Amino acid sequence: MKTVEEIKAAIDAAVPGAGVEIVPNPSVSAQHSLRLAPEAAVAVATFLRDDAELSLDFLSNATGVDWPDKEVAEKVKVTRLVTKTVDGVETTAEETVEETQKHVVPGCLEAVYHLFSVARGHGPVVIRMKTANRTDGVQLPSLTPVWRSAEFQEREIFDLFGIVFTGHPDLRRLLMWEEFKDHPMRRDYVEPDDFEYEPTAHDDVLKRAEAHRSREQGSGIRDQERGVEAAQ
Amino acid sequence: MSSSATDISVDLAKPPGWNRPPLIEPDGEGELLELAMGPHHPSTHGVFRMDVALDGERVIRLKPVFGYLHRNHEKLAEGMSYLASMPFTDRLDYMCPLTNNWAYALAVEKLTGQEVPERAEYLRVILGELTRVVNHASAIGFLTQEMGASGTPLMYAFREREKILDLFEALTGARMMVNYMRFGGCRVDATPAWLAGVRKVLDGLPKFADEFENLLCSNEIVMARAQGVGILRPELAVNAGITGPMLRASGVNYDIRKVDKYGIYDRFKFRVPLGDHGDVYDRFMIRLLEMRESFGIIDQALKDIPGGPVMDPKAKVRGFRPKAGEAYGRIEGPKGELGFYLISDGGPNPYRYRIRPPSLINLTVLEDMCLGSNVADVVLIFGSVDIVLGEVDR
Repeated sequence: MKTVEEIKAAIDAAVPGAGVEIVPNPSVSAQHSLRLAPEAAVAVATFLRDDAELSLDFLSNATGVDWPDKEVAEKVKVTRLVTKTVDGVETTAEETVEETQKHVVPGCLEAVYHLFSVARGHGPVVIRMKTANRTDGVQLPSLTPVWRSAEFQEREIFDLFGIVFTGHPDLRRLLMWEEFKDHPMRRDYVEPDDFEYEPTAHDDVLKRAEAHRSREQGSGIRDQERGVEAAQ
Repeated sequence: MSSSATDISVDLAKPPGWNRPPLIEPDGEGELLELAMGPHHPSTHGVFRMDVALDGERVIRLKPVFGYLHRNHEKLAEGMSYLASMPFTDRLDYMCPLTNNWAYALAVEKLTGQEVPERAEYLRVILGELTRVVNHASAIGFLTQEMGASGTPLMYAFREREKILDLFEALTGARMMVNYMRFGGCRVDATPAWLAGVRKVLDGLPKFADEFENLLCSNEIVMARAQGVGILRPELAVNAGITGPMLRASGVNYDIRKVDKYGIYDRFKFRVPLGDHGDVYDRFMIRLLEMRESFGIIDQALKDIPGGPVMDPKAKVRGFRPKAGEAYGRIEGPKGELGFYLISDGGPNPYRYRIRPPSLINLTVLEDMCLGSNVADVVLIFGSVDIVLGEVDR
């Protein structure tokens, strides 16, 4: 099978402006992946499927990954003027100090697809797409028109991660019920408390329940409760 | 849970996309009947619902509804160590816990690069193929049950299943929730007496397959109900990611044991049975034929199994931290391609843990296979897909 570098070269030659990047995988498996630019993703996917040499006709696995905002601490060497008093005499000298600087790497959601070839028996070729941010309703193009096997799996990603796939023929929640509001596979998801199922919430449970009621996230059951309160 | 009864999608005005099932128009006489098959229905093999729109007996629309057994196993697994997820994999496809263990162990071994000793590889093959026999025998049993053969063929299958489950119990301590495989090997070694027990059960299995074949293959009712029903074209099967016996019944030669040669499958001689028509009857026959190939594999493995450890004594099973990176490992499970996709961030827990469930993805084409057929055939077509809801909903 072609290496990722060769596949990237083939894509660049066939699809102008594909904007494919190689994402190296340092683990033992060495399954490196290709990051597609969302704008050209469907064209690249169609090429991968239809190219005679690659013929990646089988999309096996599609899934989402959540990468929250990450604070990265970096040690940086900074040169600055330091004033010191040695034996009553003030001297100013340049000194190199190691300093920890923090900056935030903005988070994103990712959709990862594992492709194989039934016709040629090779694989996996891993392709991935990154969203611009982690807001609700952030979009990526759907690959269901290219590989039908993405249909339920993209619905699952939409359900559990909250990526909206444009061009998907039937984008609904798959596992959670329709009235459910949140996306449980997000890293910052907070589970609902037991209070919802507890007939007489008191003490700690009640406190947590109150904290939950004020939060936007939550399940359908809580929203129904809120609706009842509003009606009263 | 609130029911989404309003969501029966009989929106005939909305044209489907290019790769959607062909739109079947009602003949215009009478009204459409919207029928919710499930979630509690004997033919749904668990809690699963099909919202069907019927024109008389003819299926016009069919929408599967999932999630009744959803417990977000993937999220749970991200909060615990790699090893702690192993018992949970038993509960995915609870008919085949050992192949689930195997797929997970394989994915972690890909991530960490652990080597598996020879003897453990052989044990994995023996157990994996026994699991395949259990699964296929029960699948055929349930399928005939859905044709109206009330109980008898299923009990024949369960009689053999019971013998194999006894073997599992003797080796692992549990009939179904085995928690047997480990990263880099297996939990306990098999005794010579156990291997002799496998041989004894194996010797009886071909007779059972003959019996099953005589009983069912030329049975008039089976042929009338199954032949030409629920046809799946090979191009659609590949495009929709169908795997396992269902794909091969459509005539596509793709068996991961042959393609990936994971473990030690390159050492065994076996054939890959292929179907011609892609109908329910082919899916049923393929399972029978695959069972016979499995007998052959177990026979070869029992002959060749070497001595030695089943686990590297120095291997670190618990508390290890794989290097940051990711791996996708897959095996040919009895129901299709069972894969695990793991991302490590260098910590003791997987950062991302994803199961590629063959049962769920094989249902992608359920509507395509059912459109235009009678409602009684829906039960049969659904049964021929062979799913377990523990894996569909995870």
